[in-house]
Amino acid sequence: MTGIVALYIFMLAAFTGYEIIGKVPVILHTPLMSGSNFVHGIVLVGAMVALGDAHSNLEKVIGFIGVFMAAGNAAGGYVVTERMLEMFKSSGARAKRGGH
Amino acid sequence: MDSAALDAGTRQWLIQASYFVTAFLFIMGLKRMSSPVTARSGIVWAGAGMLVATLFTFLFPGLGNYEWLLPAIILGTALAWWSGRRVAMTDMPQMIALYNGFGGGAAAAIAAVRLYRGEAMSPTMSILAVLGGLIGAVSFSGSLVAFGKLQGLIKRSFRFAGQNYFNLLVILAAATIGVFVAAGWHADSLYVSLFFVLALLFGVLMTLPIGGADMPVVISLYNAFTGLAVAFEGFVMQNAAMIIAGTVVGSAGTLLTQLMARAMNRSLGNVLFSGFGDTGGVAAGGGPVTGSMKPIDAADVGVMMAFAQKVIIVPGYGMAVAQAQHKVWELCQLLIDRGVMVRFAIHPVAGRMPGHMNVLLAEAGVPYDLIADLEEINAEFESADVALIIGANDVVNPVARTDKSSPIYGMPILNADKARNVIVIKRGQGAGFSGIENALFFLDNTRMLYGDGQAAVSQLIQAVKAA
Repeated sequence: MTGIVALYIFMLAAFTGYEIIGKVPVILHTPLMSGSNFVHGIVLVGAMVALGDAHSNLEKVIGFIGVFMAAGNAAGGYVVTERMLEMFKSSGARAKRGGH
Repeated sequence: MDSAALDAGTRQWLIQASYFVTAFLFIMGLKRMSSPVTARSGIVWAGAGMLVATLFTFLFPGLGNYEWLLPAIILGTALAWWSGRRVAMTDMPQMIALYNGFGGGAAAAIAAVRLYRGEAMSPTMSILAVLGGLIGAVSFSGSLVAFGKLQGLIKRSFRFAGQNYFNLLVILAAATIGVFVAAGWHADSLYVSLFFVLALLFGVLMTLPIGGADMPVVISLYNAFTGLAVAFEGFVMQNAAMIIAGTVVGSAGTLLTQLMARAMNRSLGNVLFSGFGDTGGVAAGGGPVTGSMKPIDAADVGVMMAFAQKVIIVPGYGMAVAQAQHKVWELCQLLIDRGVMVRFAIHPVAGRMPGHMNVLLAEAGVPYDLIADLEEINAEFESADVALIIGANDVVNPVARTDKSSPIYGMPILNADKARNVIVIKRGQGAGFSGIENALFFLDNTRMLYGDGQAAVSQLIQAVKAA
Protein backbone atom coordinates (compact mmCIF):
# COMPACT_ATOMS: atom_id res chain seq x y z
CA MET A 1 0.00 0.00 0.00
CA THR A 2 1.66 3.22 -1.09
CA GLY A 3 1.57 6.35 1.05
CA ILE A 4 -0.79 8.24 -1.20
CA VAL A 5 -3.29 5.38 -1.37
CA ALA A 6 -3.20 5.17 2.43
CA LEU A 7 -3.88 8.90 2.55
CA TYR A 8 -6.92 8.47 0.27
CA ILE A 9 -8.22 5.70 2.51
CA PHE A 10 -7.72 7.95 5.53
CA MET A 11 -9.65 10.84 3.98
CA LEU A 12 -12.56 8.74 2.72
CA ALA A 13 -12.86 6.86 6.00
CA ALA A 14 -12.87 10.16 7.92
CA PHE A 15 -15.82 11.43 5.86
CA THR A 16 -17.60 8.10 6.26
CA GLY A 17 -17.37 8.31 10.05
CA TYR A 18 -18.61 11.88 10.06
CA GLU A 19 -21.58 11.07 7.81
CA ILE A 20 -22.64 8.02 9.80
CA ILE A 21 -22.84 9.91 13.10
CA GLY A 22 -24.29 13.11 11.68
CA LYS A 23 -27.81 11.73 11.30
CA VAL A 24 -28.08 9.76 14.52
CA PRO A 25 -30.89 10.53 16.98
CA VAL A 26 -29.71 11.43 20.48
CA ILE A 27 -31.28 8.30 21.92
CA LEU A 28 -28.64 6.20 20.17
CA HIS A 29 -25.60 8.26 21.10
CA THR A 30 -24.53 6.07 23.99
CA PRO A 31 -24.95 2.74 22.17
CA LEU A 32 -23.24 4.21 19.12
CA MET A 33 -20.30 5.47 21.16
CA SER A 34 -20.12 1.99 22.62
CA GLY A 35 -20.38 0.48 19.13
CA SER A 36 -17.60 2.65 17.77
CA ASN A 37 -15.60 1.72 20.86
CA PHE A 38 -16.06 -1.91 19.78
CA VAL A 39 -15.00 -1.15 16.21
CA HIS A 40 -11.59 0.18 17.18
CA GLY A 41 -11.08 -3.16 18.88
CA ILE A 42 -9.80 -4.12 15.41
CA VAL A 43 -6.46 -3.04 16.90
CA LEU A 44 -6.43 -6.72 17.90
CA VAL A 45 -5.25 -7.81 14.45
CA GLY A 46 -2.33 -5.38 14.59
CA ALA A 47 -1.43 -6.45 18.10
CA MET A 48 -1.58 -10.12 17.01
CA VAL A 49 0.92 -9.49 14.22
CA ALA A 50 3.15 -7.41 16.51
CA LEU A 51 3.24 -10.21 19.09
CA GLY A 52 3.36 -12.91 16.41
CA ASP A 53 6.75 -11.76 15.14
CA ALA A 54 8.17 -10.38 18.39
CA HIS A 55 11.82 -11.36 18.98
CA SER A 56 13.05 -10.29 22.41
CA ASN A 57 11.33 -11.12 25.67
CA LEU A 58 10.55 -7.44 26.21
CA GLU A 59 8.75 -7.33 22.86
CA LYS A 60 6.85 -10.49 23.76
CA VAL A 61 5.72 -9.12 27.12
CA ILE A 62 4.56 -5.82 25.63
CA GLY A 63 2.95 -7.71 22.76
CA PHE A 64 1.16 -9.98 25.19
CA ILE A 65 -0.23 -6.99 27.09
CA GLY A 66 -1.24 -5.42 23.78
CA VAL A 67 -3.12 -8.48 22.54
CA PHE A 68 -4.72 -8.98 25.95
CA MET A 69 -6.01 -5.42 26.04
CA ALA A 70 -7.09 -5.41 22.39
CA ALA A 71 -9.08 -8.62 22.91
CA GLY A 72 -10.63 -6.99 25.98
CA ASN A 73 -11.57 -3.93 23.96
CA ALA A 74 -13.22 -6.03 21.26
CA ALA A 75 -15.03 -8.51 23.50
CA GLY A 76 -16.11 -6.00 26.14
CA GLY A 77 -17.18 -3.48 23.53
CA TYR A 78 -19.30 -6.09 21.80
CA VAL A 79 -21.02 -7.35 24.93
CA VAL A 80 -22.01 -3.98 26.37
CA THR A 81 -23.19 -2.64 23.00
CA GLU A 82 -25.24 -5.74 22.32
CA ARG A 83 -26.77 -5.58 25.80
CA MET A 84 -27.78 -1.96 25.33
CA LEU A 85 -29.22 -2.38 21.85
CA GLU A 86 -31.09 -5.51 22.88
CA MET A 87 -33.38 -3.29 24.94
CA PHE A 88 -34.48 -0.96 22.16
CA LYS A 89 -37.96 -1.99 21.15
CA SER A 90 -40.90 -0.03 19.78
CA SER A 91 -44.34 -0.29 21.33
CA GLY A 92 -45.45 -2.12 18.17
CA ALA A 93 -42.75 -4.75 18.61
CA ARG A 94 -43.73 -5.09 22.25
CA ALA A 95 -47.33 -5.91 21.34
CA LYS A 96 -46.12 -8.51 18.84
CA ARG A 97 -43.82 -10.04 21.38
CA GLY A 98 -46.84 -10.69 23.58
CA GLY A 99 -47.99 -13.22 20.99
CA HIS A 100 -44.84 -15.32 21.17
CA MET B 1 -8.22 -25.48 5.55
CA ASP B 2 -4.59 -26.59 5.78
CA SER B 3 -2.88 -23.26 6.21
CA ALA B 4 0.61 -24.73 5.96
CA ALA B 5 -0.06 -25.64 2.34
CA LEU B 6 -0.62 -22.04 1.30
CA ASP B 7 2.27 -19.93 0.12
CA ALA B 8 2.91 -16.50 1.60
CA GLY B 9 1.42 -14.63 -1.38
CA THR B 10 -1.88 -16.51 -1.20
CA ARG B 11 -2.08 -15.96 2.52
CA GLN B 12 -1.51 -12.22 2.16
CA TRP B 13 -4.18 -12.09 -0.52
CA LEU B 14 -6.65 -13.94 1.72
CA ILE B 15 -5.89 -11.62 4.64
CA GLN B 16 -6.37 -8.51 2.51
CA ALA B 17 -9.65 -9.90 1.14
CA SER B 18 -10.88 -10.65 4.64
CA TYR B 19 -10.01 -7.11 5.80
CA PHE B 20 -12.01 -5.73 2.88
CA VAL B 21 -15.02 -7.74 4.04
CA THR B 22 -14.41 -6.56 7.62
CA ALA B 23 -14.26 -2.90 6.63
CA PHE B 24 -17.56 -3.34 4.75
CA LEU B 25 -19.21 -5.09 7.71
CA PHE B 26 -17.99 -2.42 10.16
CA ILE B 27 -19.35 0.46 8.10
CA MET B 28 -22.64 -1.29 7.44
CA GLY B 29 -22.85 -2.21 11.12
CA LEU B 30 -22.31 1.36 12.28
CA LYS B 31 -24.81 2.54 9.68
CA ARG B 32 -27.44 0.13 11.00
CA MET B 33 -26.64 1.17 14.58
CA SER B 34 -27.65 4.71 13.71
CA SER B 35 -31.38 3.89 13.55
CA PRO B 36 -33.36 2.39 16.44
CA VAL B 37 -35.12 -0.01 14.06
CA THR B 38 -31.99 -1.69 12.73
CA ALA B 39 -29.61 -0.97 15.63
CA ARG B 40 -29.70 -4.45 17.09
CA SER B 41 -28.55 -6.10 13.91
CA GLY B 42 -25.83 -3.47 13.47
CA ILE B 43 -23.67 -4.74 16.29
CA VAL B 44 -24.03 -8.29 14.98
CA TRP B 45 -22.75 -7.20 11.55
CA ALA B 46 -19.79 -5.43 13.13
CA GLY B 47 -19.15 -8.42 15.37
CA ALA B 48 -19.05 -10.72 12.36
CA GLY B 49 -16.51 -8.37 10.79
CA MET B 50 -14.30 -8.57 13.86
CA LEU B 51 -14.47 -12.36 13.85
CA VAL B 52 -13.54 -12.62 10.17
CA ALA B 53 -10.53 -10.30 10.56
CA THR B 54 -9.28 -12.06 13.69
CA LEU B 55 -9.51 -15.56 12.20
CA PHE B 56 -7.82 -14.66 8.91
CA THR B 57 -5.01 -12.85 10.71
CA PHE B 58 -3.84 -16.27 11.94
CA LEU B 59 -2.78 -16.89 8.31
CA PHE B 60 -0.19 -14.10 8.57
CA PRO B 61 3.09 -15.46 7.15
CA GLY B 62 5.65 -16.14 9.88
CA LEU B 63 3.16 -15.61 12.71
CA GLY B 64 4.55 -17.35 15.78
CA ASN B 65 4.70 -17.07 19.55
CA TYR B 66 1.42 -18.98 19.81
CA GLU B 67 2.20 -19.86 23.42
CA TRP B 68 1.86 -16.10 24.12
CA LEU B 69 -0.72 -15.24 21.52
CA LEU B 70 -3.50 -17.69 22.34
CA PRO B 71 -3.50 -17.17 26.13
CA ALA B 72 -3.56 -13.38 25.61
CA ILE B 73 -6.59 -13.59 23.29
CA ILE B 74 -8.46 -16.09 25.43
CA LEU B 75 -7.74 -14.29 28.71
CA GLY B 76 -8.60 -10.82 27.36
CA THR B 77 -11.79 -12.03 25.70
CA ALA B 78 -12.98 -14.07 28.67
CA LEU B 79 -12.37 -11.37 31.29
CA ALA B 80 -13.98 -8.61 29.22
CA TRP B 81 -16.93 -10.82 28.25
CA TRP B 82 -17.53 -11.75 31.87
CA SER B 83 -17.30 -8.17 33.16
CA GLY B 84 -19.42 -6.82 30.30
CA ARG B 85 -22.21 -9.31 31.06
CA ARG B 86 -22.25 -8.45 34.75
CA VAL B 87 -22.13 -4.66 34.73
CA ALA B 88 -25.30 -2.76 35.64
CA MET B 89 -26.81 -0.43 33.04
CA THR B 90 -26.16 2.61 35.24
CA ASP B 91 -22.45 1.76 35.23
CA MET B 92 -22.18 1.46 31.43
CA PRO B 93 -20.24 4.72 30.89
CA GLN B 94 -17.28 3.70 32.99
CA MET B 95 -17.14 0.24 31.38
CA ILE B 96 -17.00 1.89 27.97
CA ALA B 97 -14.16 4.06 29.33
CA LEU B 98 -12.32 0.98 30.54
CA TYR B 99 -12.61 -1.00 27.28
CA ASN B 100 -11.71 2.13 25.34
CA GLY B 101 -8.60 2.58 27.46
CA PHE B 102 -7.63 -0.99 26.63
CA GLY B 103 -7.85 -0.20 22.92
CA GLY B 104 -5.62 2.84 23.36
CA GLY B 105 -3.21 0.78 25.40
CA ALA B 106 -3.08 -1.87 22.70
CA ALA B 107 -2.27 0.76 20.06
CA ALA B 108 0.49 2.10 22.30
CA ALA B 109 1.78 -1.45 22.81
CA ILE B 110 2.08 -1.94 19.03
CA ALA B 111 4.09 1.28 18.85
CA ALA B 112 6.22 0.16 21.80
CA VAL B 113 7.06 -3.20 20.20
CA ARG B 114 8.14 -1.42 17.03
CA LEU B 115 10.12 1.33 18.76
CA TYR B 116 11.93 -0.89 21.27
CA ARG B 117 13.07 -3.12 18.42
CA GLY B 118 14.80 -0.08 16.95
CA GLU B 119 14.43 -1.35 13.37
CA ALA B 120 14.88 1.33 10.73
CA MET B 121 11.53 2.61 9.44
CA SER B 122 10.79 5.25 6.84
CA PRO B 123 10.43 8.76 8.34
CA THR B 124 6.65 8.76 7.78
CA MET B 125 6.33 5.39 9.48
CA SER B 126 8.36 6.37 12.54
CA ILE B 127 6.47 9.63 12.94
CA LEU B 128 3.14 7.80 12.73
CA ALA B 129 4.33 5.08 15.10
CA VAL B 130 5.36 7.69 17.67
CA LEU B 131 2.20 9.77 17.18
CA GLY B 132 -0.05 6.73 17.52
CA GLY B 133 1.90 5.64 20.59
CA LEU B 134 1.51 9.06 22.17
CA ILE B 135 -2.23 9.34 21.52
CA GLY B 136 -2.83 5.72 22.49
CA ALA B 137 -0.93 6.06 25.76
CA VAL B 138 -2.79 9.28 26.68
CA SER B 139 -6.09 7.59 25.86
CA PHE B 140 -5.10 4.58 27.97
CA SER B 141 -4.11 6.35 31.19
CA GLY B 142 -6.79 9.04 30.75
CA SER B 143 -9.55 6.46 30.28
CA LEU B 144 -8.40 4.55 33.35
CA VAL B 145 -8.65 7.75 35.42
CA ALA B 146 -12.10 8.42 33.93
CA PHE B 147 -13.11 4.89 34.89
CA GLY B 148 -11.77 5.40 38.40
CA LYS B 149 -13.68 8.63 38.81
CA LEU B 150 -17.03 7.34 37.60
CA GLN B 151 -16.63 4.12 39.56
CA GLY B 152 -16.00 6.22 42.68
CA LEU B 153 -12.45 4.90 43.14
CA ILE B 154 -11.00 8.40 42.71
CA LYS B 155 -13.11 10.78 44.74
CA ARG B 156 -11.41 14.12 44.60
CA SER B 157 -10.26 16.36 41.79
CA PHE B 158 -6.61 17.28 41.92
CA ARG B 159 -5.98 20.91 41.11
CA PHE B 160 -3.10 23.24 41.73
CA ALA B 161 -2.07 26.67 40.54
CA GLY B 162 -0.49 26.68 37.10
CA GLN B 163 -1.75 23.17 36.40
CA ASN B 164 -2.47 23.85 32.74
CA TYR B 165 1.07 25.15 32.24
CA PHE B 166 2.56 22.14 34.00
CA ASN B 167 0.50 19.80 31.81
CA LEU B 168 1.62 21.70 28.73
CA LEU B 169 5.21 21.23 29.84
CA VAL B 170 4.71 17.47 30.21
CA ILE B 171 3.13 17.04 26.78
CA LEU B 172 5.82 19.20 25.18
CA ALA B 173 8.51 17.10 26.82
CA ALA B 174 6.82 13.91 25.60
CA ALA B 175 6.51 15.35 22.09
CA THR B 176 10.17 16.48 22.04
CA ILE B 177 11.45 13.08 23.07
CA GLY B 178 9.03 11.57 20.58
CA VAL B 179 10.66 13.63 17.83
CA PHE B 180 14.11 12.42 18.95
CA VAL B 181 12.92 8.82 18.85
CA ALA B 182 11.17 9.19 15.49
CA ALA B 183 14.16 10.90 13.91
CA GLY B 184 16.40 8.10 15.13
CA TRP B 185 18.72 10.43 17.06
CA HIS B 186 17.97 8.80 20.38
CA ALA B 187 16.07 5.68 19.48
CA ASP B 188 17.46 3.63 22.38
CA SER B 189 15.29 1.95 25.02
CA LEU B 190 15.84 4.66 27.63
CA TYR B 191 14.34 7.37 25.45
CA VAL B 192 11.50 5.16 24.28
CA SER B 193 10.66 4.35 27.91
CA LEU B 194 10.83 8.00 28.93
CA PHE B 195 8.56 8.89 26.02
CA PHE B 196 5.88 6.43 27.11
CA VAL B 197 6.12 7.37 30.79
CA LEU B 198 5.59 11.05 29.96
CA ALA B 199 2.69 10.24 27.62
CA LEU B 200 0.99 8.11 30.28
CA LEU B 201 1.61 10.80 32.88
CA PHE B 202 0.00 13.41 30.66
CA GLY B 203 -3.15 11.31 30.29
CA VAL B 204 -3.45 11.10 34.08
CA LEU B 205 -2.72 14.79 34.66
CA MET B 206 -5.13 15.91 31.96
CA THR B 207 -8.03 13.83 33.31
CA LEU B 208 -7.63 14.23 37.08
CA PRO B 209 -8.89 17.83 37.37
CA ILE B 210 -12.01 17.16 35.26
CA GLY B 211 -15.21 16.77 37.29
CA GLY B 212 -17.54 13.79 37.13
CA ALA B 213 -20.29 15.65 35.25
CA ASP B 214 -17.96 16.30 32.33
CA MET B 215 -16.56 12.79 32.20
CA PRO B 216 -18.85 11.60 29.34
CA VAL B 217 -17.41 14.25 27.04
CA VAL B 218 -13.93 13.17 28.04
CA ILE B 219 -14.69 9.47 27.47
CA SER B 220 -16.06 10.30 24.05
CA LEU B 221 -12.92 12.30 23.29
CA TYR B 222 -10.67 9.43 24.33
CA ASN B 223 -12.79 7.12 22.19
CA ALA B 224 -11.91 9.32 19.22
CA PHE B 225 -8.26 9.37 20.36
CA THR B 226 -8.09 5.60 20.44
CA GLY B 227 -9.59 5.45 16.96
CA LEU B 228 -6.93 7.80 15.68
CA ALA B 229 -4.13 5.91 17.44
CA VAL B 230 -5.39 2.66 15.89
CA ALA B 231 -5.46 4.28 12.45
CA PHE B 232 -1.87 5.56 12.82
CA GLU B 233 -0.59 2.18 13.97
CA GLY B 234 -2.55 0.73 11.05
CA PHE B 235 -0.32 2.75 8.71
CA VAL B 236 2.72 1.40 10.51
CA MET B 237 1.47 -2.19 10.26
CA GLN B 238 0.29 -1.66 6.65
CA ASN B 239 -3.10 -2.85 7.79
CA ALA B 240 -6.07 -1.42 5.87
CA ALA B 241 -8.68 -2.74 8.32
CA MET B 242 -7.06 -0.81 11.16
CA ILE B 243 -6.71 2.36 9.09
CA ILE B 244 -10.35 2.34 7.99
CA ALA B 245 -11.92 1.29 11.31
CA GLY B 246 -9.66 3.58 13.32
CA THR B 247 -10.30 6.58 11.11
CA VAL B 248 -14.06 6.06 11.01
CA VAL B 249 -14.12 5.92 14.81
CA GLY B 250 -11.74 8.87 15.06
CA SER B 251 -13.93 11.16 12.99
CA ALA B 252 -17.25 9.85 14.28
CA GLY B 253 -15.97 10.14 17.85
CA THR B 254 -14.83 13.71 17.30
CA LEU B 255 -18.25 14.71 16.02
CA LEU B 256 -19.98 12.88 18.86
CA THR B 257 -17.76 14.70 21.37
CA GLN B 258 -18.72 18.04 19.87
CA LEU B 259 -22.42 17.15 19.95
CA MET B 260 -22.14 16.23 23.63
CA ALA B 261 -20.24 19.36 24.59
CA ARG B 262 -22.76 21.50 22.69
CA ALA B 263 -25.67 19.82 24.47
CA MET B 264 -24.07 20.87 27.75
CA ASN B 265 -23.55 24.39 26.43
CA ARG B 266 -19.80 24.05 26.82
CA SER B 267 -16.92 24.18 24.42
CA LEU B 268 -14.50 21.28 24.42
CA GLY B 269 -11.68 23.55 25.59
CA ASN B 270 -13.87 24.67 28.45
CA VAL B 271 -14.47 21.08 29.50
CA LEU B 272 -10.80 20.14 29.35
CA PHE B 273 -9.15 23.16 30.90
CA SER B 274 -11.57 24.93 33.21
CA GLY B 275 -12.23 22.33 35.89
CA PHE B 276 -15.98 23.06 35.98
CA GLY B 277 -18.43 20.18 36.16
CA ASP B 278 -17.43 19.11 39.62
CA THR B 279 -20.06 18.76 42.33
CA GLY B 280 -20.19 21.98 44.26
CA GLY B 281 -17.41 23.36 42.13
CA VAL B 282 -19.27 26.53 41.21
CA ALA B 283 -20.64 29.22 43.43
CA ALA B 284 -24.39 29.60 43.01
CA GLY B 285 -24.73 32.43 40.53
CA GLY B 286 -27.53 34.83 39.83
CA GLY B 287 -29.83 36.71 42.13
CA PRO B 288 -31.70 35.11 45.01
CA VAL B 289 -34.73 33.08 44.00
CA THR B 290 -37.98 34.45 45.39
CA GLY B 291 -41.01 32.54 46.59
CA SER B 292 -41.21 29.28 48.49
CA MET B 293 -41.34 25.58 47.72
CA LYS B 294 -44.85 24.21 48.14
CA PRO B 295 -45.21 20.57 49.19
CA ILE B 296 -47.97 18.21 47.99
CA ASP B 297 -49.24 14.70 48.93
CA ALA B 298 -48.90 11.68 46.70
CA ALA B 299 -52.68 11.18 46.82
CA ASP B 300 -53.33 14.61 45.31
CA VAL B 301 -50.74 14.05 42.59
CA GLY B 302 -52.31 10.66 41.83
CA VAL B 303 -55.72 12.23 41.24
CA MET B 304 -54.19 15.03 39.21
CA MET B 305 -52.43 12.62 36.88
CA ALA B 306 -55.27 10.09 36.65
CA PHE B 307 -57.63 12.73 35.30
CA ALA B 308 -55.10 14.51 33.12
CA GLN B 309 -55.12 14.35 29.34
CA LYS B 310 -51.42 14.62 28.89
CA VAL B 311 -48.56 13.88 31.26
CA ILE B 312 -44.91 14.45 30.46
CA ILE B 313 -42.30 12.68 32.56
CA VAL B 314 -38.88 14.32 32.87
CA PRO B 315 -36.44 11.73 34.24
CA GLY B 316 -32.92 12.50 35.43
CA TYR B 317 -30.00 10.49 36.65
CA GLY B 318 -31.46 10.64 40.18
CA MET B 319 -34.26 8.36 38.99
CA ALA B 320 -31.78 5.76 37.80
CA VAL B 321 -29.76 5.96 41.00
CA ALA B 322 -32.95 5.34 42.99
CA GLN B 323 -33.67 2.41 40.59
CA ALA B 324 -37.13 3.93 40.10
CA GLN B 325 -37.42 3.49 36.32
CA HIS B 326 -39.37 0.22 36.57
CA LYS B 327 -41.88 1.80 38.96
CA VAL B 328 -42.15 4.87 36.73
CA TRP B 329 -43.02 2.68 33.75
CA GLU B 330 -45.58 0.80 35.86
CA LEU B 331 -47.16 4.14 36.75
CA CYS B 332 -47.19 5.18 33.09
CA GLN B 333 -48.85 1.95 32.02
CA LEU B 334 -51.65 2.59 34.52
CA LEU B 335 -52.08 6.08 33.12
CA ILE B 336 -52.02 4.88 29.51
CA ASP B 337 -54.70 2.29 30.35
CA ARG B 338 -56.85 5.15 31.64
CA GLY B 339 -56.42 6.94 28.34
CA VAL B 340 -53.88 9.50 29.50
CA MET B 341 -51.31 10.45 26.91
CA VAL B 342 -47.85 9.89 28.39
CA ARG B 343 -44.52 11.03 26.97
CA PHE B 344 -40.98 10.96 28.31
CA ALA B 345 -38.89 14.09 27.79
CA ILE B 346 -35.17 13.43 27.66
CA HIS B 347 -32.62 16.17 27.90
CA PRO B 348 -29.50 15.51 25.78
CA VAL B 349 -27.35 15.20 28.90
CA ALA B 350 -29.85 13.32 31.08
CA GLY B 351 -28.06 10.39 32.67
CA ARG B 352 -24.33 10.18 32.42
CA MET B 353 -23.98 10.44 28.64
CA PRO B 354 -26.25 11.47 25.77
CA GLY B 355 -28.61 8.59 25.25
CA HIS B 356 -27.79 6.95 28.57
CA MET B 357 -31.25 7.77 29.94
CA ASN B 358 -32.84 6.15 26.90
CA VAL B 359 -30.93 2.99 27.65
CA LEU B 360 -32.05 3.05 31.29
CA LEU B 361 -35.69 3.57 30.27
CA ALA B 362 -35.42 0.88 27.62
CA GLU B 363 -34.11 -1.47 30.30
CA ALA B 364 -37.29 -0.82 32.29
CA GLY B 365 -39.33 -1.70 29.18
CA VAL B 366 -40.37 1.77 27.98
CA PRO B 367 -40.92 1.66 24.19
CA TYR B 368 -38.65 4.14 22.41
CA ASP B 369 -41.51 5.81 20.54
CA LEU B 370 -42.86 7.22 23.83
CA ILE B 371 -39.51 8.91 24.40
CA ALA B 372 -38.95 12.35 22.91
CA ASP B 373 -35.86 14.50 22.86
CA LEU B 374 -35.64 18.18 23.66
CA GLU B 375 -36.54 19.64 20.26
CA GLU B 376 -39.51 17.32 19.78
CA ILE B 377 -41.08 17.79 23.19
CA ASN B 378 -40.45 21.41 24.14
CA ALA B 379 -43.45 22.77 22.24
CA GLU B 380 -45.68 20.17 23.92
CA PHE B 381 -45.19 21.28 27.52
CA GLU B 382 -47.69 24.12 27.06
CA SER B 383 -50.46 21.64 26.34
CA ALA B 384 -49.45 19.25 29.12
CA ASP B 385 -51.55 19.03 32.26
CA VAL B 386 -48.77 17.61 34.38
CA ALA B 387 -45.00 17.61 34.04
CA LEU B 388 -43.53 15.08 36.47
CA ILE B 389 -39.88 15.81 37.24
CA ILE B 390 -38.09 12.89 38.81
CA GLY B 391 -34.42 13.09 39.61
CA ALA B 392 -33.76 15.92 37.15
CA ASN B 393 -32.69 19.39 38.22
CA ASP B 394 -30.45 21.69 36.20
CA VAL B 395 -31.94 20.58 32.88
CA VAL B 396 -35.33 22.06 33.84
CA ASN B 397 -34.04 25.22 35.51
CA PRO B 398 -35.66 28.21 33.76
CA VAL B 399 -32.84 30.57 34.80
CA ALA B 400 -30.92 29.06 31.88
CA ARG B 401 -33.33 31.05 29.68
CA THR B 402 -33.65 34.21 31.76
CA ASP B 403 -30.70 34.92 34.04
CA LYS B 404 -27.60 36.07 32.21
CA SER B 405 -25.46 35.90 35.34
CA SER B 406 -26.16 32.20 35.91
CA PRO B 407 -23.39 29.75 34.98
CA ILE B 408 -25.92 27.64 33.10
CA TYR B 409 -27.33 30.60 31.13
CA GLY B 410 -27.81 29.62 27.51
CA MET B 411 -27.91 25.88 28.13
CA PRO B 412 -30.87 24.37 26.28
CA ILE B 413 -33.41 23.22 28.85
CA LEU B 414 -36.69 21.33 28.88
CA ASN B 415 -39.49 23.89 29.26
CA ALA B 416 -41.21 21.98 32.05
CA ASP B 417 -42.20 25.26 33.70
CA LYS B 418 -44.68 25.85 30.83
CA ALA B 419 -46.85 22.88 31.89
CA ARG B 420 -50.07 23.62 33.75
CA ASN B 421 -48.88 21.72 36.84
CA VAL B 422 -45.30 20.81 37.65
CA ILE B 423 -44.65 18.05 40.17
CA VAL B 424 -41.09 17.58 41.39
CA ILE B 425 -40.13 14.38 43.17
CA LYS B 426 -37.13 15.22 45.28
CA ARG B 427 -35.34 13.77 48.24
CA GLY B 428 -34.65 17.04 50.06
CA GLN B 429 -34.39 20.77 49.49
CA GLY B 430 -30.77 20.86 48.28
CA ALA B 431 -29.49 22.48 45.08
CA GLY B 432 -28.65 20.56 41.90
CA PHE B 433 -25.53 18.90 40.52
CA SER B 434 -23.97 22.23 39.64
CA GLY B 435 -24.90 23.79 42.98
CA ILE B 436 -27.31 26.24 41.35
CA GLU B 437 -30.66 27.00 42.97
CA ASN B 438 -33.54 25.86 40.75
CA ALA B 439 -36.10 28.60 40.09
CA LEU B 440 -38.58 26.01 38.81
CA PHE B 441 -39.13 24.68 42.32
CA PHE B 442 -40.37 28.08 43.48
CA LEU B 443 -42.92 28.74 40.73
CA ASP B 444 -46.63 29.11 41.50
CA ASN B 445 -47.55 26.08 39.40
CA THR B 446 -44.91 23.83 40.99
CA ARG B 447 -45.53 21.41 43.85
CA MET B 448 -42.85 19.38 45.61
CA LEU B 449 -43.35 15.70 46.40
CA TYR B 450 -40.59 14.93 48.89
CA GLY B 451 -39.22 11.46 49.28
CA ASP B 452 -37.03 8.73 47.82
CA GLY B 453 -37.74 8.32 44.09
CA GLN B 454 -38.77 4.70 44.23
CA ALA B 455 -40.99 5.08 47.33
CA ALA B 456 -42.65 8.24 46.00
CA VAL B 457 -43.53 6.60 42.67
CA SER B 458 -44.92 3.55 44.51
CA GLN B 459 -47.21 5.89 46.42
CA LEU B 460 -48.28 7.49 43.15
CA ILE B 461 -49.12 4.07 41.72
CA GLN B 462 -51.38 3.37 44.71
CA ALA B 463 -52.93 6.81 44.39
CA VAL B 464 -53.69 6.38 40.68
CA LYS B 465 -55.17 2.94 41.30
CA ALA B 466 -57.43 4.45 43.99
CA ALA B 467 -58.50 7.39 41.83
